[in-house]
Amino acid sequence: MSKIEIKNVYKIFGSNPDSVLPMVKEGASKEEVLEKTGHTVGLDDVTINIEEGETFVCMGLSGSGKSTLIRHLNRLIDPTDGDIIVDGTNVMELNEKQLIEFRKHEMSMVFQRFGLFPHKTVLENVGYGLEIQGKEPEERKKLSMIQVESVGLQGFENQYPSQLSGGMQQRVGLARALATNPQILLMDEAFSALDPLIRSDMQNQLIELQAKLKKTIVFITHDLDESLRLGDHIGILNGGRLVQAGTPEEIIMKPADDYVEAFVKDVNRAKVLRAKTVMIKANEFNSKDIKLADVYKVDESSYIEDFLPKVLADRCTVMVVDKMGDTKGYITEKELAISLSKDGYNLK
Amino acid sequence: MKKISKNLIYLFYLILFGILIVVSYNSSKRKPDSVSELYTDFSWLINWPKWLDTPFMHWINKGWRGFIADYGLIFDAIGYGLLRGYTELKNVIVQAPWPIVILAVIGITYVISGRKLGTTIFVGFCTFFIGFLNPRFWDKAIETTTMVVIGIVICVIIGIPIGIAMSRSERVRNIILPILDTMQVIPAFCYLIPGIILFGLGAIPAIISIFIYACPPLIRLTDLGIRLVDKEIIEAAESFGASKKQKLWGVQIPLALPNIMQGINQCTMMALAMVVIASMIGTRGLGDEVLLGLQQLNVGAALEAGLAIVLLAIVLDRMTQAYGEKIQERTQPQNKKN
Repeated sequence: MSKIEIKNVYKIFGSNPDSVLPMVKEGASKEEVLEKTGHTVGLDDVTINIEEGETFVCMGLSGSGKSTLIRHLNRLIDPTDGDIIVDGTNVMELNEKQLIEFRKHEMSMVFQRFGLFPHKTVLENVGYGLEIQGKEPEERKKLSMIQVESVGLQGFENQYPSQLSGGMQQRVGLARALATNPQILLMDEAFSALDPLIRSDMQNQLIELQAKLKKTIVFITHDLDESLRLGDHIGILNGGRLVQAGTPEEIIMKPADDYVEAFVKDVNRAKVLRAKTVMIKANEFNSKDIKLADVYKVDESSYIEDFLPKVLADRCTVMVVDKMGDTKGYITEKELAISLSKDGYNLK
Repeated sequence: MKKISKNLIYLFYLILFGILIVVSYNSSKRKPDSVSELYTDFSWLINWPKWLDTPFMHWINKGWRGFIADYGLIFDAIGYGLLRGYTELKNVIVQAPWPIVILAVIGITYVISGRKLGTTIFVGFCTFFIGFLNPRFWDKAIETTTMVVIGIVICVIIGIPIGIAMSRSERVRNIILPILDTMQVIPAFCYLIPGIILFGLGAIPAIISIFIYACPPLIRLTDLGIRLVDKEIIEAAESFGASKKQKLWGVQIPLALPNIMQGINQCTMMALAMVVIASMIGTRGLGDEVLLGLQQLNVGAALEAGLAIVLLAIVLDRMTQAYGEKIQERTQPQNKKN
């Protein structure tokens, strides 16, 4: 069973969403609904399964419903129709009290503009979740201090958020979310408000933390590079509909429609595609064509950019091996050309 | 669904309009001998017809008399309680030696302004100068201040919870807003007169008038302040499972406090303005001096008393402002950057 199951969720904004629901279910487009009824379709039949311990990136442009979707997971927004099941609990069936308990322990959230409390110090901000849980001040302080240190903000714990830079503020936000030790982390465009260098820093920090903590992370972004870098799986939303969900390789190699294709066309493929994705399987490849001396061995999970210079310089064939050293397949210049060009699949 | 309910409201207006016309026609003393006259003589279309006279005055007077008979005692009790508090407080301050009063004002200002020396000296000087203007003014200024302070305390006790309730519910806001509009717009004399009837002459109707006149801005600013709190911060609190109460006391009120303080400041200024008007119903204090000067056509006396009121206003304004600024610095400490 998946950690989070989002089942056929619809969200319609407007004065009387239920009356519009049948129309949306019959497949009316967002524009049609808006014109005929004045209601805005936020989410249209979204079904996603998110596995435990993975980073699921939900991507889309502004207005695609991605921020709406993430707010459904802890029910900051109630869906018009559909079910959200977290850890086997149907979030939709919780009453107010249960919902509060659920939010206290199951998941926490990081916000785009940080959402820090300006009247609390860094330490108090980080300890907010614990305060709500009713932990004693002493314990709260101890636990928050550990988190403050884990994001590298020691020495700043008695400052106020407005005295920190954007990147530092978001680290406070991250520490605050981690302090309650939730299983699930919701990150709503968490790094979008930061400048590029800091953003890349924060991404690294998140990847590092995730390697240690193995949380289930739902990450929202409008930045494809960010989603490819962080995501184990990526879901692409357009106009409230989920257009495609899959691994980064799947998204790049097999875009489901024009929208996704337009999205991925400027991506640096060498950075995203792995050897095992582009190789020709060993049994399909005529190994007599190459001399063994020209072969360069790479691990199946390495990126193209890792071995591309070597191939170009030495004109050698790449032999893809798995961790045990067994040959899985081969990559020649032809495969590289196909996988790196935008119209690669047309060439075939 | 929505269209039907809207049409129902229009229908309700139409029926109300019809009833009012029939009632005012029937109750008018100057209605034509028979209805048929209206079809032959159309002069009523040119000048406003004398028979269209809704007897609001009678209704209100009748209701008012019944109200007094039934509930007058309650107001007597409220009035007595307030009067007792007012007199006690006033006597304590009046009987205290004036240097101690001035020192107390200075001390309070120093503490609540967060040890700002400039503000403290300015306020102390203004306080001293009130008595300096005219020896009579010292005691009168204390009477006025006591009234204002009690009025503000009532405003805060009643106004802030109402403001909070408004910020949390659209429906409550829709009900309260027209009431606030009425309170702010209705001329002061309209409620001074019923005030006299309910509470007698003197300080108590003045305090009640202060409440009616000065409370709306406090309620509005409380409501606005809470609603202006950044939505993402509220979401953050919610996402950690904060209950409504934790959200209100831990996040919304602290962040709305600068706005609420601004409301209290506005409340103070309007209360002072009201105290002068209330002198017309026999309230003593500095307003009384202004009225006296006015009645005797003594420009000097009126201006002198007016100046004393301005000084008093400056003192109260500085004190509340300074406190508001201190709070603002605590909640949004941008200025202290490094």
